[in-house]
Amino acid sequence: MDETIRTEALVKNFGRTRALDGLDLVVHTGEVHGFLGPNGAGKTTTLRVLLGLLKADGGTARLLGGDPWSQATELHRRLAYVPGDVTLWPNLSGGEVIDLLGRLRGGLDPGRRKELLERFDLDPRKKGRAYSKGNRQKVALVAALASDVELLLLDEPTSGLDPLMEDVFRQVIRDERRRGRTVLLSSHILAEVEALCDRVTIIRDGRAVESGTLAELRHLTGVSIQAELTHPADGLARVPGVHDLQAQNGQVRFHVDPGALDAALRELTGAGVRSLVSQPPTLEELFLRHYDRAGAGADRAGAGTNQSEVAR
Amino acid sequence: MTALTGTGKLVRLILRRDRVLLPIWTLTFAGLMASIVASFQALFSTAAERQSYADASAADPGFTALYGPLHGSSLGELTVWRAGFYPVLIALIALLTVIRHTRTEEETGRRELLGATVVGRHAGMAAALGVTLAATLVLAALVAAALAGQGLPTGGSLAAGLQLAAAGWVFAAVGAVAAQLTSGAGSARGIAVGVLGGTWLLRVIGDVSGLSGGAVSWLSWLSPIGWAHKLRPFAGERWWVLLLVLALTALGAGVAVALEARRDVGAGLLPTRPGPATAAPGLRSPLALAWRLHRGLLAGWTAGFAVVGVVLGGSASSVADMVADNSNLEEIFTRMGGRTGIVDAYLVSVMGILGLMAAGYAIQATLRLRAEETGGRAEPLLATAVGRLQWAASHLVFSIFGSALALVAAGLTVWLTYGLSSGDLGHQLPRVLQGALVQVPAVWVLAAVAVALVGLAPRFAAVAWGALGLCVILVLVGAALRLDQWVMDLSPFTHLPRVPGAAVAATPLVLLLAVAVALGGAGLAGLRRRGIPAA
Repeated sequence: MDETIRTEALVKNFGRTRALDGLDLVVHTGEVHGFLGPNGAGKTTTLRVLLGLLKADGGTARLLGGDPWSQATELHRRLAYVPGDVTLWPNLSGGEVIDLLGRLRGGLDPGRRKELLERFDLDPRKKGRAYSKGNRQKVALVAALASDVELLLLDEPTSGLDPLMEDVFRQVIRDERRRGRTVLLSSHILAEVEALCDRVTIIRDGRAVESGTLAELRHLTGVSIQAELTHPADGLARVPGVHDLQAQNGQVRFHVDPGALDAALRELTGAGVRSLVSQPPTLEELFLRHYDRAGAGADRAGAGTNQSEVAR
Repeated sequence: MTALTGTGKLVRLILRRDRVLLPIWTLTFAGLMASIVASFQALFSTAAERQSYADASAADPGFTALYGPLHGSSLGELTVWRAGFYPVLIALIALLTVIRHTRTEEETGRRELLGATVVGRHAGMAAALGVTLAATLVLAALVAAALAGQGLPTGGSLAAGLQLAAAGWVFAAVGAVAAQLTSGAGSARGIAVGVLGGTWLLRVIGDVSGLSGGAVSWLSWLSPIGWAHKLRPFAGERWWVLLLVLALTALGAGVAVALEARRDVGAGLLPTRPGPATAAPGLRSPLALAWRLHRGLLAGWTAGFAVVGVVLGGSASSVADMVADNSNLEEIFTRMGGRTGIVDAYLVSVMGILGLMAAGYAIQATLRLRAEETGGRAEPLLATAVGRLQWAASHLVFSIFGSALALVAAGLTVWLTYGLSSGDLGHQLPRVLQGALVQVPAVWVLAAVAVALVGLAPRFAAVAWGALGLCVILVLVGAALRLDQWVMDLSPFTHLPRVPGAAVAATPLVLLLAVAVALGGAGLAGLRRRGIPAA
């Protein structure tokens, strides 16, 4: 089987609000798939539909070759889930929760459990109420990762983890991919997705606006170019596909669609190129392209060269 | 004083959050006090009848344990005596309120959110204490007005109100201290309720010993709950007792402030014990998890039922003597209960009370389902190979069998105390146990109402408490108000056979079981179909 997850035109309404509005999502077997979107875009709702916790109002969803709603319990033996907001039972220790969830899933690997506890530096003897947010997250992560399952559904799993632990998390996910597990990683931390994911789906207002490998997405989006010229390149503004052109003291900056690159470069060489920097779009740029509704142009111009601008 | 900065804002926050709860309990208790006066007025038309009732009651150890000492036979004295358990309930409400607005806030992290704003270190506790103390004073004023309004002496009415406030004040301070000790609100509640239980027991031992001029009657002076009775409303008020209350409240609040100044936000003074690093081999099913979550509650309720059974069973023998002198009371008991004797009628009403209490437990245990869902703890569980029905069943086992177990526990202690005092152990066992067990179908109907709400209208799950409240009201006032039979029939408890005394009729029990199954089944079907967590 090639596809672990496929949803088509998935719709979910909560009263009058439409949380999912025709979502298409395909996760191939053995890949780490990034599921990107800001808070409220519908990531958690999608995961809950995939887990059979919520029933879709329209469209289809297939998970591990089965129907997530009607075959929930059988499918759950083959997957592990880390919720975005982990709450633990106050009077159970972390170790007890890890064992319980693992056993309810059909068993967990004691060696792997021990190794993960060490790597995540987690004390399993504390009671649920005594853990910090990050440590509660670790309990859920260890419980999920120590289970022998085909699919991991992770909902913003690093929220609350410190940078050291985020690094451990990345290593562990790379290990999981080597073992051939499929991972659906919902996140709004772009660097994390960029570092880990083979393919990415960007979701906005309950529908997928972009999906593919990072390379494909970059190709679609074009590049930003910064050049120093000997003469003014007046023709540049007339090239279709060139956006956000800024010219000043012999410096030009612009953004160009993939199909227009050739024409744009011809204009540049005609004006005499002293220096040239071209940058592929970062994931931030791809993301902002879909999310920065109001002032897309201003942000896009600087996004490739200045990380801090993106963070605004 | 910077440590109290922002107290006013927090007071407003608490008033906003408790805008329903505070009026409900203050008005309820004031109304209950007023209704006691009315029912005694209806029950006894002459002072002589009151006197004979008071003579029998004052000498009874069971009543003295439950209600405290009875000093005289005036309407005011009888009313305050009959409300003798109210100070304990007000104390309970006060300590729970203070802990809920202090330690629970810290445990959930909301305190931290506020602590980062312009709020002093002690502002949270000051606000919680302030609101609680003020609320009990409002209650005292309401009670005083309600009693004086029915023609009772003003001084005594005021003392009767302050008696409740006194218990509330001391235990608000106890709650504030307990909230400093542990990092979990649950254990803080446990400590404070334990202190309350201990002081109540001191009062019971002291007062019961006092009946026979006993050697340890001074024990009730060690108990703040005892102080409430020592105030003696309508029986020559001892106002200076309030100074003891003020002193202890101030001491408790002072200790709580000193402790709070010595600890970190979120931490408790008592060390939290670490749990096991790995789960016991048995912790491998939803039922095993539910046992861990329910066992404390179940043990508490079962123990509580056993104690109530001891108290109520102990009074059974003396009821007959007491009622024999009063034709009015006899008529009422006969109307309420069975046909074959006053004691049976008394036992029937005791079992009815126990049944309502068991329904309270059953609803609480059922609503754990909803609490697990809204708390986000159902989600990780249902994402494993646990089916929804299996998850629901793991909790419902406790509401179904736990309520029956609690009833059996109470039935056994009623049997023991009543059987021992009447010297008829062997004969009474099946009668009393039967009386306890016939309650079960009605209890299950209310549990099933809760299941139906959780499954079909999860946002209104708490309405199940309203259903129980309706049953309680019908039992309390239904007969007195001579309500129409169809209204009385709304309560499943109305349909139970009056056991012991009457024959056990199978039909109503089977019908109640059928209703419970239908409601529960509909709820579970709804639970299978809806989203979790419900939007």
